[in-house]
Amino acid sequence: MKYQVQENCLTIYLPREVDHHNAEEMKREADAVIDRNHIKYVIFDFEKTDFMDSSGIGVIMGRYKTVSLIGGEVWAVHANERIRKIMTLSGVTKIMQIYEEERI
Amino acid sequence: MKNTNEMEIRFDSRSENEGFARVAVASFMTQLNPTVEEVADVKTAVSEAVTNAIIHGYENKVHKICIRCRISENVLTVEVSDSGKGIEDVQQAMQPMFTTMPEQDRSGMGFAFMEAFMDSVEVESEPGKGTRVKMKKTVGKGRELWTTQSL
Ligand SMILES: Nc1ncnc2c1ncn2[C@@H]1O[C@H](COP(=O)(O)OP(=O)(O)O)[C@@H](O)[C@H]1O
Ligand SMILES: [Mg+2]
Repeated sequence: MKYQVQENCLTIYLPREVDHHNAEEMKREADAVIDRNHIKYVIFDFEKTDFMDSSGIGVIMGRYKTVSLIGGEVWAVHANERIRKIMTLSGVTKIMQIYEEERI
Repeated sequence: MKNTNEMEIRFDSRSENEGFARVAVASFMTQLNPTVEEVADVKTAVSEAVTNAIIHGYENKVHKICIRCRISENVLTVEVSDSGKGIEDVQQAMQPMFTTMPEQDRSGMGFAFMEAFMDSVEVESEPGKGTRVKMKKTVGKGRELWTTQSL
């Protein structure tokens, strides 16, 4: 898992495909990092991602459950049209903020 | 019958094969000249059904999963089957957000995605015997038939 920690904020750079196979390891690693660094904000960076199924929704929901206990938040950035559709359909947009990039 | 084509694959229920299954079905359907969105829809549905066979049907033990695809005119049929533990109550299982594995971060949205992205989803399941998910989608219906017009 590619990630970066800045103070209490964790950015996870998601792989090209977020499915059950890739999600398992990501969940384990993310939870360890969140625990170790007292993370309050988790940013999912979809820059490289063109596929996500409901396993990815599970990853987001699970991290939200953890950080929301201490008043934290989860964010999505660089999500393409398809990923946004998946997130909207799943209802996960009710608990997470989607950062809208400026479009020129 | 003309304009039909079929394929069948059998593979181990290893999570590495989720990506393989998506790509195999996606490449089989290219003969229907699908849109990018239609391919993405089918890949998502296949991923959900195969993941379910691996984690729920076989509970992460390695057995065989079978995918059968059929094209008839512009309709794609995809069947994903396992001989795993089966589903007690199919109607309940198909409700959005229902999952028997909440502690493992399952969202319970698998069947909801299959239904959202395919035209129809039928589930046949028997406890102790296995599960078969049959999905259909008409492909290329939104496409303008501009090629038939004179330029
Ligand atoms: N192939 C299968 N074999 C056994 N049980 C299944 C199968 N597919 C789905 N299920 C059951 O249906 C439930 C809902 O499936 P789904 O909507 O994909 O949500 P999730 O996979 O997140 O639990 C699962 O939690 C499981 O109990
Ligand atoms: Mg599922």
